[in-house]
Amino acid sequence: MAAARLLKDEATEEKGDRARMASFIGAMAIADLVKTTLGPKGMDKILQSTGRGRNVTVTNDGATILKSLHIDNPAAKVLVDISKVQDDEVGDGTTSVVVLAGELLREAEKLVNQKIHPMTIIAGYRMAAECARNALLLKVKDNKQDPDKFKSDLMKIAMTTLSSKILSQDKEHFAKLAVDAVLRLKGSTNLESIQIIKKAGGSLKDSFLDEGFILDKKIGIGQPKRIENAKILVANTAMDTDKVKIYGARVRVDSMARVAEIEVAEKEKMKQKVQKIIAHGINCFVNRQLIYNFPEELFADAGILAIEHADFDGIERLALVTGGEIASTFDNPESVKLGHCKLIEEIMIGEDRLIHFSGVEMGQACTVVLRGASSHVLDEAERSLHDALCVLSQTVNDSRVLLGGGWPEMTMAKEVDELARKTPGKKSHAIEAFSRSLQAIPTIISDNAGLDSAELISQLRAEHHKDTTNAGIDVISGGVGDMDKLGISESFKVKQAVLLSATEAAEMILRVDEIITCAPRKREDRM
Amino acid sequence: MALAFDEYGRPFIILKEQEQKARLRGLEAQKGNISAGKAVARILRTSLGPKGMDKMLQSPDGDVIVTNDGATILEQMDVDNQIAKLMVELSRSQDYEIGDGTTGVVVLAGALLEQAEKLLERGIHPIRIAEGYEMASRLAVDHLEHISQNFEFSVTNIEPLVQTCMTTLSSKIVNRCKRALAEIAVKAVLAVADLERKDVNLELIKVEGKVGGKLEDTELIYGIVVDKDMSHPQMPKRIEEAKIAILTCPFEPPKPKTKHKIDIDTVEKFQTLRQQEQKYFDDMVQKCKDVGATLVICQWGFDDEANHLLMHRNLPAVRWVGGVELELIAIATGGRIVPRFLDLTAEKLGKAGLVREKSFGTTKDRMLYIEHCANSRAVTIFIRGGNKMMIDETKRSLHDALCVARNLIRNNSIVYGGGSAELSCSISVEAAADKYPGVEQYAIRSFAEALDFIPMALAENCGLSPIDTVTAVKSQQIKENNPFYGIDCNDVGTNNMKEQNVFETLIGKQQQILLATQVVKMILKIDDVITPSAY
Repeated sequence: MAAARLLKDEATEEKGDRARMASFIGAMAIADLVKTTLGPKGMDKILQSTGRGRNVTVTNDGATILKSLHIDNPAAKVLVDISKVQDDEVGDGTTSVVVLAGELLREAEKLVNQKIHPMTIIAGYRMAAECARNALLLKVKDNKQDPDKFKSDLMKIAMTTLSSKILSQDKEHFAKLAVDAVLRLKGSTNLESIQIIKKAGGSLKDSFLDEGFILDKKIGIGQPKRIENAKILVANTAMDTDKVKIYGARVRVDSMARVAEIEVAEKEKMKQKVQKIIAHGINCFVNRQLIYNFPEELFADAGILAIEHADFDGIERLALVTGGEIASTFDNPESVKLGHCKLIEEIMIGEDRLIHFSGVEMGQACTVVLRGASSHVLDEAERSLHDALCVLSQTVNDSRVLLGGGWPEMTMAKEVDELARKTPGKKSHAIEAFSRSLQAIPTIISDNAGLDSAELISQLRAEHHKDTTNAGIDVISGGVGDMDKLGISESFKVKQAVLLSATEAAEMILRVDEIITCAPRKREDRM
Repeated sequence: MALAFDEYGRPFIILKEQEQKARLRGLEAQKGNISAGKAVARILRTSLGPKGMDKMLQSPDGDVIVTNDGATILEQMDVDNQIAKLMVELSRSQDYEIGDGTTGVVVLAGALLEQAEKLLERGIHPIRIAEGYEMASRLAVDHLEHISQNFEFSVTNIEPLVQTCMTTLSSKIVNRCKRALAEIAVKAVLAVADLERKDVNLELIKVEGKVGGKLEDTELIYGIVVDKDMSHPQMPKRIEEAKIAILTCPFEPPKPKTKHKIDIDTVEKFQTLRQQEQKYFDDMVQKCKDVGATLVICQWGFDDEANHLLMHRNLPAVRWVGGVELELIAIATGGRIVPRFLDLTAEKLGKAGLVREKSFGTTKDRMLYIEHCANSRAVTIFIRGGNKMMIDETKRSLHDALCVARNLIRNNSIVYGGGSAELSCSISVEAAADKYPGVEQYAIRSFAEALDFIPMALAENCGLSPIDTVTAVKSQQIKENNPFYGIDCNDVGTNNMKEQNVFETLIGKQQQILLATQVVKMILKIDDVITPSAY
């Protein structure tokens, strides 16, 4: 071959069919990997990290699994990315989006083998995705006006989301917990204000939602353990040695006596600061930074509860909950807004002592305390609860709700099928393929549950050809059931995001006809 | 490398370490170079046109880029061959100059090289070929001018601009909502354009992307979006009729440039210093408050104390805003960037109708929108999309569209796309060739043939039979003497690009032909390649 090498050594180039094959295989491998976790009877995966300690994670969450994988195949990376985005954006459906994209590519591969041009397939997929979305839009239910119904919708969604997770045993308990927590947010999607504290011990059932706020800190020695009608000052200020911030200042002395004098002055300064803080008329002081022994003692003398080193989130939440402002200067005690709460006390959860703020003014934030047998269980429980909280908070904003259990997929598939019949040209093959990919999701759910998927799906399809139906897969009884009666619901927003980003990703991978991989950057040989 | 010997058998050594260097000369060198150039062109060939495919590139760090943009592909390819590097440069200069047509220029250069190879085989001297190409390119550029049309647009009638941007976007992955994106691009360019001077400063258009949502949610904001939030969590999230102080000095005690030391040796000094410090913070905040600012945007960080004072005085603030963003904010709000607190006056404040914080998704993602600015000459295009690669590709596509719109404002001549301009040039160059005596005639004719390559690649990518289609269209152009016939890529049913509304800018096309010819000339003139052998 006369052509000179274009690329640098070790860089590889794959073209045409080979490139397409490589990306199809990579994407499908990823989809197959997470496929078995789909649905209420989906299985979990154990992930072991390569780092020191070989930490083990047991999870059912698609995004978590994919995040921890080291992947070399570029197409697979696209899928991992969509799953991550799904997690950030709506929180749930991270597995579904990857599986759907994988199925779309699997069908596309068949079509490419039949010599249909990828661009034609993309055109078909686009039409189909649009049609599927419209089909869903027609079928959504919106119960925003009716608060009771809306709440029951939220309960159903939470239970559906949780049923595929480790929490499924106590899903009612947790669903209630999640719904209560989210409703307290009053429409904001800022999940930061829901604090999740994990404490090993007890069983999952012992987890509870606390109306107040729990801070994972201890109360200083000699300070009151219980304060009623607390006035709280939330601060972010240095309570160790107050540095002089003017640049270039340094202490230079000529005798030991001077050192002592300055030390006294420093102490005096701290004392003044403490006095100023006390002048606010508070009986509880929470600081983000460390509090040294000296000021702590001063606080104890004044009968003030001082809590040091509460982290940023803790401070922000506490400020949110108690309605105080985060202060850093203390010269104007009259105008600083203090936080209030009815009762501060030290409580015991398991072995640990925590500080509990109850009877707070603003009810936005709350704390969920998770209990469980092991740290792995707790981690997974946290992830599951996080998923549920995300979905719920999204649903509060966009209250459109769909049925679950494969019902939306079958509804979409039916509409898409009809579109395929009406469309002339090669595109119709692609549209048909899209509908097959949609049906693959209920198929996988029933396969994972050990049911006869072929039989079930055909029954479901027949059922869906009637005009109105609520039929979906009832995994528990192993047949076709009425999803409305079973109370299985899903958020429209999640489904829509799954549909659109899966199509987008599939489209992106299909458009590729050449993969160029640069030589990996050389690591320094230090190890 | 071959060595020459004198009569005593001693080798002449001309180059340092001559034995270790590889050397190609004469026809060998030209052919080697041509084949390298062709190889690059071949990679890009399939990306051309509305049905062109994308390339997936994996960078040395493992990041994946999916793109259709010629310049980006070549840049990321990490090529090693010198001639290939020339081609990369070629595409990059088209990108800088015009912004669009980066794929086309490389494909054209590849076609010219391929034709040159045939001529070389017939024994024509490379310089004669280069000269012939030069003449032909001049002919082609003149002809383009001849067939170009002026088209009128105004701020109220943006339709023609939108159509042209749509032609650019239709070859990208975003073509699903090309209409919306084209409108955004045109509106953005018009917002910052200086129509009298016919100039557009694209730096005033900020393109910001955030994953999540869908492509249709992409929006044009007449104002600035900054990826920052308020410095204190309890500051108001929404400010109407904001007066903005734009500062480049930190809310911290001053740090004089000259080295100095303040020695503390007595208790009194210690205490005065402390009071000084407190007063300093107080003064800073008071200064901002005094001039009537209701929002402070600062390039640097704040001290905790300053932060609280700001909060306390009910003066919202944003910290760590980058220099470029700061400048844009200053332009948009009509404010001045103030380097020292002392210089702060009421006239230097920027004004914005609405400043609000918006949160996204389930994670703690917030952005600050500064809207309804006093001077809406700076705009932001905010892209949403399913994944990171999608957003990156959308950014690149929008950049192309913005460039096209800008070029049109500079020069409102257009030619028609779909390969029609190339075909028309090819016909006229071919006809003109006969008038030139000498070997250049062959080169000119070859140039005409090379021009046919672009429509041919277009047809091929669309799954049409390339030879049938191109010949049919060509004969149609000659028969009806109408230069608007091109390849019907989208199966609309007509070959007339004027009816299909497929436009390209005249300068873009001219630049393509000129740049491609120049690079090919350069490659043809090389007859000796000396490379140090790999060590």
